[in-house]
Amino acid sequence: MQRKHTRKSSSFHMTLARKKIVWAYIFLAIPIVFFAYIRIYPTFFAFQMSLHDYNPLAAEQPFVGFENYEKVYEELSKRKSTTKAAFRNTISYVALGVPIQLFLALAIALMLNEIRFMSTLYRILFFLPFVTSTIAIAWVFRMLYQPRFGLFNIILQLLSLPQQPFLTRPQQALPSVLALVIWQGMGFAVIIFLAGLKQIPRTYYEAAEVDGASRWHTFRFITLPLLNPSIVYLLVLQTISFLRMFAPVIAMTEQGRGGPLDSTVTVVLQTYREAFQSFNMGYASSLTVVLFAMILGVTIIQLSVTSRRIN
Amino acid sequence: MRKLLAILALGVIVLSLGAVAGAQDDMVEIEYWQYNFGARVDAMNMLIEQFEAENPGIKVVHNSDIPYADFRTELAASAPAGVGPDVVTLFYGWIPAFVDAGYLVPLPEDPFSEEFILETFSPMVANSKFEGSYWAIPTAVRSLALFWNKDIFEAAGLDPESPPATLDDVVEMALATTVYDGDMQDVLSITQQGHAPALASQDHHWFREVLIRQYGGAPYSDDGRTVTYNSEEGCAAFSWLAAFETEHVTGSNDILDGATNAFVNGESAIHVDGSFRVGTIARNNPDLNYGVAELPVGPNGEQHTFGSYWTHGITRRANDDPARLEAAVKFLQFITTPEAGTLWVNNVGELPAQLSAASDEMILADPILGPFSAGLAYSHATFFVDESAQRQVLIDAFDNIRLGGMDPCEALDEAAALEQELIDNFWADRE
Amino acid sequence: MESVTPSNIFKDRGAASSVGRAGQDWKYKFFSYLLLTMISFTMIVPFIWMLSTSFKPEKEILRRNVFPVEPTLENYNEVVYRTDLPLWYKNSFIVAVLSTVSVAFFDALAGFVFAKYEFPGKRPIFILFLTSLMVPTEMLLIPWFIMSSNPPIGGTWVDTYWGIAFPGVITAAGIFLMRQFMQGVPDELLDAGRIDGVSEFGLFWRVAVPLSLPAIGALCIFNFLGNWNAFIWPLIATTRSEMFTLPVGIQQFSSEADTPWNLIMTGASLSVLPLLIVVIIFQRYIIEGIALTGLKG
Repeated sequence: MQRKHTRKSSSFHMTLARKKIVWAYIFLAIPIVFFAYIRIYPTFFAFQMSLHDYNPLAAEQPFVGFENYEKVYEELSKRKSTTKAAFRNTISYVALGVPIQLFLALAIALMLNEIRFMSTLYRILFFLPFVTSTIAIAWVFRMLYQPRFGLFNIILQLLSLPQQPFLTRPQQALPSVLALVIWQGMGFAVIIFLAGLKQIPRTYYEAAEVDGASRWHTFRFITLPLLNPSIVYLLVLQTISFLRMFAPVIAMTEQGRGGPLDSTVTVVLQTYREAFQSFNMGYASSLTVVLFAMILGVTIIQLSVTSRRIN
Repeated sequence: MRKLLAILALGVIVLSLGAVAGAQDDMVEIEYWQYNFGARVDAMNMLIEQFEAENPGIKVVHNSDIPYADFRTELAASAPAGVGPDVVTLFYGWIPAFVDAGYLVPLPEDPFSEEFILETFSPMVANSKFEGSYWAIPTAVRSLALFWNKDIFEAAGLDPESPPATLDDVVEMALATTVYDGDMQDVLSITQQGHAPALASQDHHWFREVLIRQYGGAPYSDDGRTVTYNSEEGCAAFSWLAAFETEHVTGSNDILDGATNAFVNGESAIHVDGSFRVGTIARNNPDLNYGVAELPVGPNGEQHTFGSYWTHGITRRANDDPARLEAAVKFLQFITTPEAGTLWVNNVGELPAQLSAASDEMILADPILGPFSAGLAYSHATFFVDESAQRQVLIDAFDNIRLGGMDPCEALDEAAALEQELIDNFWADRE
Repeated sequence: MESVTPSNIFKDRGAASSVGRAGQDWKYKFFSYLLLTMISFTMIVPFIWMLSTSFKPEKEILRRNVFPVEPTLENYNEVVYRTDLPLWYKNSFIVAVLSTVSVAFFDALAGFVFAKYEFPGKRPIFILFLTSLMVPTEMLLIPWFIMSSNPPIGGTWVDTYWGIAFPGVITAAGIFLMRQFMQGVPDELLDAGRIDGVSEFGLFWRVAVPLSLPAIGALCIFNFLGNWNAFIWPLIATTRSEMFTLPVGIQQFSSEADTPWNLIMTGASLSVLPLLIVVIIFQRYIIEGIALTGLKG
């Protein structure tokens, strides 16, 4: 401030460039403070906590070095542990959820792209689940899955098919939770695919028709390659969102525990329980650091794939 | 000039310190926290009113807004800021974790000497003694008893006034009262349950402290540091419990909205639960025609039950200030008298923790409270180092049997190893 | 973008790709409609079940009827008058509006600066903002919780609107999006403004913002939806029922002893319905907004 003042008196006006620089800093002041204090500082704080035996109830938080990470490793090497189940399930959610969701969304987008009549209505219907609260709709699905009084078992009975336990058996619980997540997120992927399809120049299709290419060939050699940016984008986005799964599991399982027999628990749910129910915040922080590394890995793969494509 | 200012400033500081001290002489304010449970909140408000009338120098701020699920999180949120309760009510099974964190301080020898506690309170209160000190003291205690649905008994041709008296009776009557939809006798076809084992609610306690003993075993070593339930007796008891779902197929916690709801909704014949469930029934299904009996005797003819309690401790925060500590001790003393216990049973339905109040003839004669009260004489409280984790271990063992088809003895061995690890980790950190 | 060709001008989009395939085309369309209708059905059935259950009396919940035999408004009565749901509504609304207004203003302003200003440290500051996108919020929950319980200003942030909203009052993704958009604002327009003596803030407020309204609108809608449905942080940042947001409140309906399905479905209906109406009204805008923001990322 002092310096600005002197300058002002010497040359009367700040040069325009200088004035713009000052204003840029003024405009950015609050965002810079925000990112530094609310985003960057807590990131380092999380790393630091992961090196402590951090219990918020205690007066002191002793430094323990890499003990928490060693514990993560130990838990993962056990034959059975909740942490191990959390990582295994999270990978299953990604490995099953992402391809199924993208496949269905692509199929729907291709069909929607072909029709005109009622296409707006269909788009709204596919999109509705995406904007509804996950917690609310997960509770609805939890009820749909109930033995005896849930809709799915009522339908099975009407069709004279055997009753299914769904969420109450370890073999069926994860797919049942996954079905909700796919159902809810599909509309988003459909919209992205539709936007991608719209960007494909029509001349390509006309050329293909002139050549007498079959529908499958057109799809395989024109649509799919040109849709690549949308596919890569969705792959990364959905992978990260499945890696971070939390709300559906806490809403759909008995007392939010990720059961039965840890068959649905996720890394984030396990982190939440360790941090806010058992107060092992140091250990929980080390789990989030591992999650961070996984997400970073996915992002780096994305960046290298996209940059290779540009080159 | 500068010197003068310094003297002035010093004077102001001294004066204001004096003023603060003076204010504290006049009125001490302490905070008391418990989780939100309607009847307990009302009862505590009455006790606080009486206490403040007797101790005009002390004001008790009662925080009871926090729901059960968030109670510990809220305590954790208050601790780093140095605010929060001076006296706090915790489930007895949480005490070790709070002691371990240094959140609680031992109860002062005066007035809470071991001698006084042992002769005044129910024996299960000794569970809050740990590393030579008492860390908490309750107003009231609870025990388990057997609930049965008289209408279902009658419809099944059983005497509605004779509840099962032995474990064999439970099996027999459960089989007689189970109804299936269609010919398939599988869990998903059950429309009315005889008995549904539900480890997630109270049955893990029933197994731990009651069934094992009735089969002649012991759940833990005497010092509570070694798991001993993975014995032949423990396995027999666990198999007996699991058989309701896997062999007799009389019910499951997975159907009819859970075993507890099924009983409350009148769709289950026999259920083991605590006295607190009486209130749930009164609220959700007041027309339910049910009875309460002492838990059935086991193969060895012995009676046992599980006892538990919400208990009051003094926090590190109170300990930091002598005036508040003194007030907190006075308050704690006041809410644990036999009079407080009597007020509690009348308003909350929990049993007084004090021996004199619990042996009250009126309580023993009450058809609902009587069986719970009778159980206090033979009740056991488990020494939990981490109640929720230890409960989970048994839930998982049970699920391994009914969902994974594991052998009960093998499942119990696995559970014992896991629970032993929890206990060992706790003590390893302490030493 | 879309190339203009004769077929594009004379025929509608659907027909464009089907010239000369009339034979198999109707089959393809028929199956498309059939499949799409079936999938649409699965999309709305859960909502129908939710609504239907919200009108069932408690005794019908465990029965096997899809629609209520004796429909009742008792559940709505109970939820509105005997739970804190109206407060949760208010809280969700306040938090979503506060953070949306803040995001719209600060993201646009920062986007404007990064698009239109040159200043020392621009690149590192921009990278600082963007790196925060790499860090999952889950990693920050525990530090935020500790920071909230003992913050530099104010006694505690737990159970306050600021405490629920603060992680999302400025977003890096929004700044990035706004930067892309603001780059399209012509420099000539800004310079002309400067010559006329318009202040730098005036240039932002009266030139750049009006030109970027579509992007700001899309940002606002997504931010509002995101905050309305946010769960994990509000769950941690609130402990008293009167400060819960809707999703946190709905999750707490069920206790250890009791799952009041009829009330949960009623709460879910009340939380979902207004949003559905908004989405149906603004659907074109929202869908275009997703395509817009999505493909830029």
